[in-house]
Amino acid sequence: MPAPIRLRELIRTIRTARTQAEEREMIQKECAAIRSSFREEDNTYRCRNVAKLLYMHMLGYPAHFGQLECLKLIASQKFTDKRIGYLGAMLLLDERQDVHLLMTNCIKNDLNHSTQYVQGLALCTLGCMGSSEMCRDLAGEVEKLLKTSNSYLRKKAALCAVHVIRKVPELMEMFLPATKNLLSEKNHGVLHTSVVLLTEMCERSPDMLAHFRKLVPQLVRILKNLIMSGYSPEHDVSGISDPFLQVRILRLLRILGKGDDDSSEAMNDILAQVATNTETSKNVGNAILYETVLTIMDIKSESGLRVLAINILGRFLLNNDKNIRYVALTSLLKTVQTDHNAVQRHRSTIVDCLKDLDVSIKRRAMELSFALVNGNNIRGMMKELLYFLDSCDPEFKADCASGVFLAAEKYAPSKRWHIDTIMRVLTTAGSYVRDDSVPNLIQLITNSVEMHAYTVQRLYKALLDDISQQPLVQVASWCIGEYGDLLISGQCEEEEPIQVTEDEVLDVLEGLLVSNLSSPVTRGYSLTAIMKLSTRFSSVNRIKKVVSIYGSSIDVELQQRAVEYNALFKKYDHMRPALLERMPIMEKTASNGPTEIVQTNGEAEPSVVEPKHPPPVGQPASQGNDLLDLLGGNDVPVIPTTMPTKPASAGGELLDLLGDLSLGLSLMAFYLFDLFKTVNFLSIGIPPMTAYNKNGLKIDFTFERANPNPNVAVITIHASNSTEADMTDFVFQAAVPKTFQLQLLSPSSNVVPALNQGTVTQVIRVLNQQKQPLRMRIKLTYIHKGSAVQDLAEVNNFPSQSWQ
Amino acid sequence: MNLPRMLLLLLTISITSSFQMQFMLLFSRQGKLRLQKWYVPLSDKEKKKITRELVQTVLARKPKMCSFLEWRDLKIVYKRYASLYFCCAIEDQDNELITLEIIHRYVELLDKYFGSVCELDIIFNFEKAYFILDEFLLGGEAQETSKKNVLKAIEQADLLQEDTKVSFSPSFLMVWSRNAAEVRDSCGGSEQASWVKTAFLLLVSTERKFWITLNKDMLRKIKMQAPL
Repeated sequence: MPAPIRLRELIRTIRTARTQAEEREMIQKECAAIRSSFREEDNTYRCRNVAKLLYMHMLGYPAHFGQLECLKLIASQKFTDKRIGYLGAMLLLDERQDVHLLMTNCIKNDLNHSTQYVQGLALCTLGCMGSSEMCRDLAGEVEKLLKTSNSYLRKKAALCAVHVIRKVPELMEMFLPATKNLLSEKNHGVLHTSVVLLTEMCERSPDMLAHFRKLVPQLVRILKNLIMSGYSPEHDVSGISDPFLQVRILRLLRILGKGDDDSSEAMNDILAQVATNTETSKNVGNAILYETVLTIMDIKSESGLRVLAINILGRFLLNNDKNIRYVALTSLLKTVQTDHNAVQRHRSTIVDCLKDLDVSIKRRAMELSFALVNGNNIRGMMKELLYFLDSCDPEFKADCASGVFLAAEKYAPSKRWHIDTIMRVLTTAGSYVRDDSVPNLIQLITNSVEMHAYTVQRLYKALLDDISQQPLVQVASWCIGEYGDLLISGQCEEEEPIQVTEDEVLDVLEGLLVSNLSSPVTRGYSLTAIMKLSTRFSSVNRIKKVVSIYGSSIDVELQQRAVEYNALFKKYDHMRPALLERMPIMEKTASNGPTEIVQTNGEAEPSVVEPKHPPPVGQPASQGNDLLDLLGGNDVPVIPTTMPTKPASAGGELLDLLGDLSLGLSLMAFYLFDLFKTVNFLSIGIPPMTAYNKNGLKIDFTFERANPNPNVAVITIHASNSTEADMTDFVFQAAVPKTFQLQLLSPSSNVVPALNQGTVTQVIRVLNQQKQPLRMRIKLTYIHKGSAVQDLAEVNNFPSQSWQ
Repeated sequence: MNLPRMLLLLLTISITSSFQMQFMLLFSRQGKLRLQKWYVPLSDKEKKKITRELVQTVLARKPKMCSFLEWRDLKIVYKRYASLYFCCAIEDQDNELITLEIIHRYVELLDKYFGSVCELDIIFNFEKAYFILDEFLLGGEAQETSKKNVLKAIEQADLLQEDTKVSFSPSFLMVWSRNAAEVRDSCGGSEQASWVKTAFLLLVSTERKFWITLNKDMLRKIKMQAPL
């Protein structure tokens, strides 16, 4: 058999290949030759073949069939074979193939070899790819080599020990005796690797950390010698003596000094010396300064030293070298929490970095800028950040937008500014904001009553400009629905009012319904808005028409809404005004916090509400709360409102509707709640009322029509007590005019518990044959804090639905 | 990207995140991989995916941008030397600037060893590039801070490599008969590399001290004449 071609020749040949296919063909041919050579157990050329295989492996071709050959090479007596064998093992094998364990014995033999370079190869391989099993088996040999006087082996053994500890931390103590004399070594290689080993041990175990604290003076001395000693050509890097060792020592000092007063005290001087004496014209010097700054910030250093450190970073910020600027931003970000004011001084430089072309620097500058925003500088900083949001790459927009939201929420100088800022974000980066920003903004707008006219006008204008930014369109639709009347009346005080007609507004909203740019959710918002306008605008017929058209929409969600709204027009027209009333002010909930899953509108699907069965029929109490639970239980951010939810029995009608509601719905929470409001009212039909509220006693009425006889109104009273003492012997009596007949059922209890901890309920049935307005006189007697209380009251503000 | 796979990958990387350097890659401006050293156990598939992704990202960056890149939960430090990119993955806590120095030191070592190194040297002698790296870094940490010591170790280890063909060379006996000084003169002038190597080996075995005095040019010829 002829000798296989040489490695260099193969490389040369492969490089002549013009196409990928040609190369593949060459490699396949060569691989076949190599395989057959392997099969013949050819010892002479095994080394050459494995080397060729490694080259092909680097080009991305499979080389796993060379794994066993590597092991054979390692076992060979020749140095060349061993060298290539170990190299191949490191490249082709790792701890996840069991084959690697076959090496253990070879490595063990080689660790005891008479030639240091063979021992070195074995150590290098063990330190690079040794698995935990291998480490357990060979830790003893490593420990032995760590104690030799041969510095070539000792440095390698130290790093091997680091690897062993990483793989099998419980073997750490084994190396403890060997660490004793490591720092008195002269050889820098050994010193460097020893410091690495000590660092590893200190990071892993608090006991070791305490044990090695006594080394601080020795480390300080080594560092001092490094910076004070003159030029030593062997370790010099552009005028600095062994920067690698210096950085390592500084890092170990950081770990040792953290949270320890004495150690920190002992290293203060040397840190100041390094910080002031290091030459900063080259990268090396800055690398050392950077490490020094990190150490100063982490240990319990003196305040003067901390100022020095921040100033070094400030100088870094002005450096021409981008790498240095990047490092400065990163470390300022780390220290901004502890030394806020010192960092604040460099604000303008940091903001300038937002304009850098480099994404790495931009990202850091953005994070740092947000960290620096406070009540005093919010207007200026936001101007910069909004400008940045306008111009930055898409990858930044989501983070930047949520940063602006958070900062605005925290430090907004005025409501108007807050609304303007958020609207600006929605117009510039609308498709990148998180889903919860829509309900958040709606909530913010609702709560700033005096801004309604201004907001709706701004949003209407924004809608005329652009209907592609979905979150903005959703907020705008919602607001136009709620405050359409304000828009038409043109009563804006903040800004010059615009004149629009009802038809123009409806045109815009209908445009949203048909636009291809609108998402299904947006259409839902828009339809609801149109519906709400039916009570605010005079053009009800047009609205009726729109609603009935969508009753046959292919979009199930839209169809359902339209059908429900249609029913509202037809069957329940009398309660439409009440249902479509303005939403009450909402309370802020914690669920809108920044911890939520970040989803951007662009890619996220609307959260799907899992079909959940409605609560079983015949559970009269707290239906409303169950509904909220249903929402909350599905991890949708719920915005509870102060809107009174009726804890009365809702009956089958509600449950049916709810069933539908919970089955096929994929809705955003807010949208759901919006709809839910309707459902709740529709089914129960009659809004609840407060009949009496005096001296801490509150009596609410809820209503229900008895099904078989529409002339009978069923009123449930709910008495609650907000004082600290129970009300005992509670008696509720009621009287009605003679045209009515009244039946009082027995109460649930005669004690109204204190602090609203429960209610007393009692059912009243009123027969109202002539459908006259209901009036009622009530008498309350109870004992509160030992004294008897009696009170009379007249109730005549019953909702019209309760008697019509 | 397949989500479970990615999670798995992140998991593997973060478990072993106490490493100083996770991996080092050398690749050309055309995106061809020239050297890869992994200090974390990953499957071939994962390695290829990471390499592909990183090569693309780094090559897309403009020359004036900074040398750092945040990528997944790692920091990538890279630097371009002529047509080659040197690229290291380090942990978030690590010192990026000193990593740049480590890359630079490795380049200096290659340069000294090959004598003004170029990409072709690394392609054709990739195993040497690995040997040098392994003499400089071990398990992702620098093991030697002196250039001289690294090069000395490499050169002496090179001398241990035996060339199986040499002992049968016809020039063997001829060289044997001459004295050391003559050998040195004749190998300096010779163009035939295998012959030079033979002479050199003999020289080393008879008079170890002489190898240092040989001129650099000759040393280079001998290196190129590895038995592979």
